Amino acid sequence: MAIIVVDVMLKPEILDPQGNAVASALPRLGFTFARSVRQGKRFEIEVEGEPTPDQFAEVEKAAEVLLSNPVIETYAVRVEK
Amino acid sequence: MSLDTVAIAQLTPEVQQPFAQLGLQPDEYARIKEILGRRPTSSELAMYSVMWSEHCSYKSSKVHLKQFGDKAPKSDALLVGIGENAGVVDVGQGYAVTFKIESHNHPSFVEPYQGAATGIGGIVRDILTMGARPIAVMDPLRFGPADASDTRRVLPGIVAGIGGYGNCLGLPNIGGEIVFDKTYAGNPLVNALCVGVMKHSDIKLAKAAGAGNLVVLFGAKTGGDGIGGVSVLASETFGTGGSTKRPSVQVGDPFVEKILIECSLEIFAEDLVVGIQDLGGAGLSCATSELASGGSGGMKVALDKVPLRDPSLSPEEILMSESQERMCAIVEPHKLARFLEICEKWDVTVTAIGEVTDGERLEITWNGEIIVDVPPRTVAHEGPVYNRPLAQPTYINEVNSQKVRVPIPSSANEIKSVVLKLASSPNLADKSWVTSQYDKYVQGNTIQSQPDDSGMVRIDEKTHLGIAISTDANANWSYLNPYEGAKLALAEAARNIATAGARPLAVTNCLNFGSPEDSGVMWQFAESVRGLADGCLEMGLPITGGNVSFYNQTGDTAILPTPVIGVLGVIQDVRTRTPMSFDVAGLNLYLLGDTYEDLAGSEWAFMHDERVGQSPIADLAREMRLIELLLEGHNEELFVAAHDLSQGGLSAGLTEMVLRYSTGATIVLSNVGIDLISESPGRVIIAIKVEKSDALNALAAKHSITLTKLGTTGGDSLVINDCVISLQELSTAHTSTFPKLFG
Repeated sequence: MAIIVVDVMLKPEILDPQGNAVASALPRLGFTFARSVRQGKRFEIEVEGEPTPDQFAEVEKAAEVLLSNPVIETYAVRVEK
Repeated sequence: MSLDTVAIAQLTPEVQQPFAQLGLQPDEYARIKEILGRRPTSSELAMYSVMWSEHCSYKSSKVHLKQFGDKAPKSDALLVGIGENAGVVDVGQGYAVTFKIESHNHPSFVEPYQGAATGIGGIVRDILTMGARPIAVMDPLRFGPADASDTRRVLPGIVAGIGGYGNCLGLPNIGGEIVFDKTYAGNPLVNALCVGVMKHSDIKLAKAAGAGNLVVLFGAKTGGDGIGGVSVLASETFGTGGSTKRPSVQVGDPFVEKILIECSLEIFAEDLVVGIQDLGGAGLSCATSELASGGSGGMKVALDKVPLRDPSLSPEEILMSESQERMCAIVEPHKLARFLEICEKWDVTVTAIGEVTDGERLEITWNGEIIVDVPPRTVAHEGPVYNRPLAQPTYINEVNSQKVRVPIPSSANEIKSVVLKLASSPNLADKSWVTSQYDKYVQGNTIQSQPDDSGMVRIDEKTHLGIAISTDANANWSYLNPYEGAKLALAEAARNIATAGARPLAVTNCLNFGSPEDSGVMWQFAESVRGLADGCLEMGLPITGGNVSFYNQTGDTAILPTPVIGVLGVIQDVRTRTPMSFDVAGLNLYLLGDTYEDLAGSEWAFMHDERVGQSPIADLAREMRLIELLLEGHNEELFVAAHDLSQGGLSAGLTEMVLRYSTGATIVLSNVGIDLISESPGRVIIAIKVEKSDALNALAAKHSITLTKLGTTGGDSLVINDCVISLQELSTAHTSTFPKLFG
């Protein structure tokens, strides 16, 4: 069994209201380390056995079609053992 | 890229500039050079290109829109007319109301959620900049065929975006329209209307007067949102190619906007601004040049002071950025401290970026170097004006000379089938799937919203003064006859607020058309404008402003001409409003107005793909008599219910009425087929108590409006002659369409 991870992030030029909210909440709670925060989402997709290149390609396609909105987001697909 | 300054531009006239990629024509580029006496710097080119785009300059529509001023009826109600961010209307008791519709069509196709959300954000800021507190929104929408896959992509996103942004702002969504037609496939229309209220003394204008006053930017930081959105996106047809021209999408943050609204209103209340402008299409280019030319013309801006979200932005990009939730104010120096204090209280980023000068030029610097030095009027108001060729398209005579061929029901079974088919057609079906995603009642002042004829909100909680708004367009009629189509839409919108007992007062519009470079489209546009101007003059309703959206087409196929007309009216006491339906048995139902064989452009014809025939001719004198009748009847408390008939005719009107409060009706029609499906304009169903019949007869006679008895209310079925349809069956047909289509 392996897990294919898809990380989805807003493109850098796109405004991220959620990230901004987190960034402004941090100092209120005493955390002063952050210059800025970008918030994304992560999908963990479980597959049987070792993922094949075909499977991987299919997940990439799903990432483009469903998991991300390619107009405003980027995605990265990787296998986690 | 190195900085292009005015000094460099003077020394290097030979530099090749990408004016064509920015959407400028060679002669427009030549004109810029002539105005400046040199080549523009890249920043100036950026400004001119966005401000001279169709979207900002109205270069193709200006010559026609002039009629709205030339033919304007005399009206005491109009406090601020066309030309400002939004017109302002006097509604009595010291209140003024401002309202406007704008399109956000193209961005909503690219990214439905954010496109629609920022459409709401933009129109709300337009209302805010007039000094008003926004109190409600509405959104007329058009989509491709309901069962098309692209519609399934864009509709849920657009609806969610409107709801997401509007609900977060705490603004009730009190109505709109949803219409499907194949010409909107690949080019949905997202029009957003906002209405705001203020006291007369609170009106603010976009002008930068008084040398030494400061130019203050406040709100969100500037990022790379929608750069070139105006010139590249809104003014060019989508190719089939796809993503190469796709600009970065604007993302809205409704919570920042909400804070900006409260912050601005507090600033207004303390009278801290001389002039104000929101940053919408064309961003800072638009705000600075419009503010400057609204005043004496002189302004100096240090662009490097603009707070940036993305520090790598070039000056050109900062000038073109369409980052949301930003405002620009002109502030007297001695009031700046208080201004900054209020912004700090609301946690709003604020920066003085320049000052008004007594010169006549807008000067923008970047780290001390002059990168823009232009007469602002040439950017904002004296853009190119095109008298584009127009010609009646050949289809007009062809379709007008044909007759609509549709089955006309006569037997009980046929009647039932027609009523159920109309009730369930996507254009007429229950829209709760959409409107339940909007907060209709937030603020607690909503009196009417979808599915009522108009949206109505209370504006004074002591006197119960209220306003009603309706938006309408019948693109099928506009396609057959754009002149009459515009007049008919105006009459329908006015009627829709009069049924509740509100007196029509002012008009706004959002004119959605195909490419102005197509002479046929240009003719449709010119005819629509002429129709609307003539109609408003005849009905005595001033146009307070509007918006034109061209280039709504996919490839060579233009959308149907879609002039969306919004009419605002006032009602003295919202508690007296006439509802659209009845909830008791034993009332008499009457039809006001005449029914002819008006099948052209009807929903029944549309469902049979019959886009031919001649649209009805608008009889505005009769429409005005009908409105007076409705208002007088309302004042005399004659009506229990009143409901406008439009798309879907009597069949749809009865369906909506009996389902509203689950009270049936028994109807007798002499010419049942035509009576049910005809869409003759100027008709209203009313319900009255039996003992009021004589008074109603007298009122109809006084206003010379035909009155026909339809039947009585009661029971749990809609009975039409010998056809019986149970309310349950009718309700299932009416309410299951949207959930089935969009899940």
